[in-house]
Amino acid sequence: MSSMPTDHVPPGDDPEDGAPILDVRGVSVTYDDVQALDDVSVSLRAGSICGLIGVNGSGKSTLFKALMGLVAPQQGTVELFGRTTAAARRAGLVAYMPQAEEVDWTFPVSVSDVVGMGVYGRLGAARRLRPADRAAVGEALERVGLTDLGRRQIGRLSGGQRKRVFIARSIAQDARLLLLDEPFAGVDQASERTMTALLRDLREEGRSVLVSTHDLAGVPEFCDEAVLLHRRVLAHGHPAAVLTQGNLARAFGAAPSDDDPRPLHPAATGES
Amino acid sequence: MDVLAFLVEPLQYGFLTRALAVTVAAAVVAAVLSCWLILMGWSLMGDAVSHAVLPGVALAYIIGIPFSIGAFVFGAGAVALIGIVRSTTKLKADTVIGVVFTALFAAGLAIVSATPSQIDLMHILFGNVLGVSSGDVWQVLILGAVTLAILLFKRRDLTLLAFDRTHAHVIGLNTRFLSALLLGLLALTVVVGLQAVGIILVVAMLITPGATAFLLSRSFDRMLVIAVVLTVAASVTGIYASYYLDISTGAAVVLSQAIVFAVVYLVGRPDGVLWQARRRRPGSPVGGRRRSPDAVAAAVAPRRGADDAATSGA
Ligand SMILES: Nc1ncnc2c1ncn2[C@@H]1O[C@H](COP(=O)(O)OP(=O)(O)OP(=O)(O)O)[C@@H](O)[C@H]1O
Ligand SMILES: [Mg+2]
Repeated sequence: MSSMPTDHVPPGDDPEDGAPILDVRGVSVTYDDVQALDDVSVSLRAGSICGLIGVNGSGKSTLFKALMGLVAPQQGTVELFGRTTAAARRAGLVAYMPQAEEVDWTFPVSVSDVVGMGVYGRLGAARRLRPADRAAVGEALERVGLTDLGRRQIGRLSGGQRKRVFIARSIAQDARLLLLDEPFAGVDQASERTMTALLRDLREEGRSVLVSTHDLAGVPEFCDEAVLLHRRVLAHGHPAAVLTQGNLARAFGAAPSDDDPRPLHPAATGES
Repeated sequence: MDVLAFLVEPLQYGFLTRALAVTVAAAVVAAVLSCWLILMGWSLMGDAVSHAVLPGVALAYIIGIPFSIGAFVFGAGAVALIGIVRSTTKLKADTVIGVVFTALFAAGLAIVSATPSQIDLMHILFGNVLGVSSGDVWQVLILGAVTLAILLFKRRDLTLLAFDRTHAHVIGLNTRFLSALLLGLLALTVVVGLQAVGIILVVAMLITPGATAFLLSRSFDRMLVIAVVLTVAASVTGIYASYYLDISTGAAVVLSQAIVFAVVYLVGRPDGVLWQARRRRPGSPVGGRRRSPDAVAAAVAPRRGADDAATSGA
């Protein structure tokens, strides 16, 4: 982490010959009467780490859901690797790292069981791991430094180790696009550094990462580009160009919406 | 009377060997299914499906078709109805389940009461395992074997579904199909189990073995094995208890399972309730060993996040 990646150029051997990894065009998502995304367009090229920034309720998780095909936009289109989201999913190109509170940590599965779930997409109907798949799981565990803990039940890990299990799962999957929704929430500085180093290694292999984060200070060092979201895309580009005083004031200062009370009346609701 | 005679005597009666076969077969299938059911948080769904089959069983008797067809149609129908109401309203799942299954159960009672001479309600509700014919036995064995085979063949997908549905979706699995499959197998398991213990107590077979095994397991495959072993032991014990103590077979089987659960809950694991109580007493011999060896190792391991403290006690 010596210097800022001022001009990170995506690798030229882009397997999708220049087609964007992720192409969101004019997407609007409305839940009942709440508009979560309004005419959002974002595109991302191979081999970059893109930070997704915005206040609580600005639509970050909704954008992830749209990318995974978990919500259907009322308007607009989402393409991944030049295909529909469903086709990209079936090809095993996308990995999602769940937020800690979405995971049942009491579930009787071991660390290597979970990482093994990364390869299910390319297995037969019974999902029996072949020797090559076991090797891929072992390699993934090694890369995240969890080799010795493979047999542990997942709840018996520290917060930082838990996150690395899911990074290992996307490595075993060999996903080309990693979607991480607030991976640094509740993680200490040392663990965050370990994870960002890992993600940057994955980026060097030509994988792409879309990561939502509240750690604004870490963005310029960690991310190649940033998207500032507030129901619409307020800014998209180099982190330094996105994280200007003016933009941040627009995104965090004067929240115009009634369903996003945090910046204006902090004690109004417990929603997050 | 020596032990061998004690064990062999009941088996001289054909009705008891048939009861044993039906109960053990049903219990094994239910125990395997229960492992996923409790991890999905679907215990209430088991309750719902088992009650909802009543009109199906009653109608099957009236029309004269195998009861399992009627039961399956209504069990699967209840699941579908719950799914439809749930996805088209903002009601919570337990509310929808409560409305649908009580309605179907009441419909079943109404049908039975309108045709009192043909159907023995007590047998449907509480089972009549001592009265099963060899045809019934075959029906249970075949349906049970099919259900078990599908469950075991798809076990990795079902475990993934229970653990991380989003990941299953993201890697291109059909999560709707898998949910529907598990619910369909639930309906089949109810059909298999109601012969043994009736539709009220089949719920216990669908929940208790998984719950007991969960307390003892850190891996899913182990959980399956433990659930099956314990449920077989409890079923056999229940049948013998019912023979020697002259109590209802269904009740004896379910009580045996509950006793196994209670024993495991109290003393069956290092953090069992009784051990914890002993440890809390000052000066007790195990007073110093508050943590499992793993937790101690975790605590002394160098360079770890502050969140260790939160996890090591778990
Ligand atoms: N399932 C839902 N039903 C109704 N409204 C929803 C739902 N999910 C999100 N919303 C609303 O959509 C808006 C965007 O929510 P979203 O979860 O995408 O925000 P976010 O940027 O991820 O917030 P956070 O930083 O708190 O995670 C919010 O106003 C939220 O209340
Ligand atoms: Mg969110």
